[in-house]
Amino acid sequence: MKISFPYMGTSNIVAGYLLENLGHEVIHPPVPSKRTLSLGVQHAPEFACLPFKIVLGTYLEVVEMGAEVLITSGGCGPCRAGYYGEMHKRILHDLGYPVEMIVMEPPLVEPVDFFKKLHRLVKPKGYFNLIGVVRVAWAKMKALDDLERTLHELRPLVFAKKQLNRIYDEGLEAIRRANSVKEVVAARNDTLEAMRSLPVDHDYEPLRIGLIGEIYVVLEPFANHDIERILGEMGAYVHRSIFMANWLLDNVLAHGEKDVRAAAVPFLNQMVGGHGQNSVGEVVRYAAKGYDGVIQLAPFTCIPEIVAKSIMPAVSKAKGIPVMTLFLDEQTGQAGIETRLEAFLDLLRQRRRKREAS
Amino acid sequence: MRVGIPRTLSFFTLYPLWKPFFEGLGVDVVVSPESNKALLDEGVKETVNDACVPIKLFHGHVAALKNKVDILFMPRLVSLDGKHTLCPKFLGLPDMVRCSISGLPEIIDSRLDLKKGKMELYRFLYRIGKRFTDNRIKIIRAIWRAKHNFSHYRKLLLQGLTPQEAFDCLDTGHEPQSGEDTASIRLAVLGYPYSLYDNYISVGLLEKLKSYGISVVTPEMVPERELRRMSKNLPKNLFWYYSNRVVWSCMYFLQKQSVDGVVHVTAFGCGPDAMTNKLVELETKYNTRKIPFLTVTIDEHTGEAGVATRVEAFVDLIRRKKGMM
Repeated sequence: MKISFPYMGTSNIVAGYLLENLGHEVIHPPVPSKRTLSLGVQHAPEFACLPFKIVLGTYLEVVEMGAEVLITSGGCGPCRAGYYGEMHKRILHDLGYPVEMIVMEPPLVEPVDFFKKLHRLVKPKGYFNLIGVVRVAWAKMKALDDLERTLHELRPLVFAKKQLNRIYDEGLEAIRRANSVKEVVAARNDTLEAMRSLPVDHDYEPLRIGLIGEIYVVLEPFANHDIERILGEMGAYVHRSIFMANWLLDNVLAHGEKDVRAAAVPFLNQMVGGHGQNSVGEVVRYAAKGYDGVIQLAPFTCIPEIVAKSIMPAVSKAKGIPVMTLFLDEQTGQAGIETRLEAFLDLLRQRRRKREAS
Repeated sequence: MRVGIPRTLSFFTLYPLWKPFFEGLGVDVVVSPESNKALLDEGVKETVNDACVPIKLFHGHVAALKNKVDILFMPRLVSLDGKHTLCPKFLGLPDMVRCSISGLPEIIDSRLDLKKGKMELYRFLYRIGKRFTDNRIKIIRAIWRAKHNFSHYRKLLLQGLTPQEAFDCLDTGHEPQSGEDTASIRLAVLGYPYSLYDNYISVGLLEKLKSYGISVVTPEMVPERELRRMSKNLPKNLFWYYSNRVVWSCMYFLQKQSVDGVVHVTAFGCGPDAMTNKLVELETKYNTRKIPFLTVTIDEHTGEAGVATRVEAFVDLIRRKKGMM
């Protein structure tokens, strides 16, 4: 049974490692490309969101490569993403690909179903093996997040930005190759050290920007045209609200993030699915931490983020923090995004100068 | 005291519940005018541009009401059947409106979530009643009348009346005349009540089909029991109340009633419908009788001529298929 999974940011390193070491033959999904997107757009419903289309494109690519089983996450709404597994399955079957879909429902909502599916995945090598594999996978996930955090922190300050990117990419590869917790930690520490040893501009005080929105377009550089790199190279420090390890802890294994939701309550007193309420709450928190601005990323037709966007002007006004929303779809061009980001950063710089002058 | 109710979204489902309830409390009910161009333009101006046209229209209705009433009634509808929620835009609606439109009167945005149990509807109505009067008996009597009126309304819909016809029947007290169904073509027109029964936004689609001599069935005409039975056909149901009803009733019409075609009316950029539409499409495609299927997408620019052309072509196709041409 050849198994594959959707591609989302650096999480593919962890997912690939997990499945391979549980004793499955893994088809590694290719990095999403123009071809992935156009395959997805061709067969997806017109108003499905960008993540749906990219993931469908990825499935079509891995099916060509011989994948027989696809594993993905489920959900219980009201965000549409919870239904994507089922919908993808129907579309793939309709196109004549008899793939099997394993949809992992959240363990807190459907524990029996979750453990049944987990049992199937773990069976080839047994549960004792699982403990070791999960330990390494978790270490990888945390290490990847640490690398990314440091990358965002250093990017606006470092002179040799290309070299920084190269060190980071090498770090990713080293973590991908690592086979034990020790190796992961070593790879992480080496990379962090190499990144920190680059000369930086100590006098420069970058604009601080919070990045919020829907998880897939925030985490997958192909979907957001690598917005973190664009912003970093324009000289802004980007703080991303979602990291894989934290997100898993808060949303899948426990009901966390209560404080973010509490911050949103004065503006949006209802869970609206996806990251809608979090987006509102995060803006409040970024404002409290003194950030210069917030950028909200969302796929076109994303319901929870539309609700959040319509509330944003009120939050922005009440908390005195500029918010820009970028809706992304298959028509979005990089030049368009760059222009809007430049204008937004100009506005933030002016605002900062004005505040410093007074 | 005047309470304003916008004539869109849940209006077509729940108005017969709200109206006698508020009247029983001794409150005047003001309903916004029927959707029209000025109203929609106002809504488009106020609403976030990425929202779907029904939400924009809702903002327009609220803007039309805001200076005419003392209280706006837009409850936060979370779950109407105890299992599924409504579209997230319904969940965030009171907050969206509050942040988009200025100069609003007081808003009743109590949460109606039947996931909490069957009695929640009564507790919900009682909480609202408490705002207007301290007389418990008056509230309970109003709830009882509302409930009675509402079940009567549901019965009228099952007989094949449109919501507007049913409202008229309830107001005048006349029983509907049951006309003989002689039409040779029967179409299932699927969609949400606020798109189907709002003649402005659906550019008179239902009327038009009837004028061609076609008998039209809609999700509101399917008994609850049948919908529940159909819900077992899907390995995983959708998460949204109205979308589920569209999918279930589609399966019901295909299996139990011999419809000749299926028309799905959807709003541009409707999130849940991206899923619903595909499910319905595949459902008709894999039906043994190969039922013709048409999607009509509506938005704020939809013109009558465009929709008419497509629907006429679709009807011609069905006539030809049945050997009538």
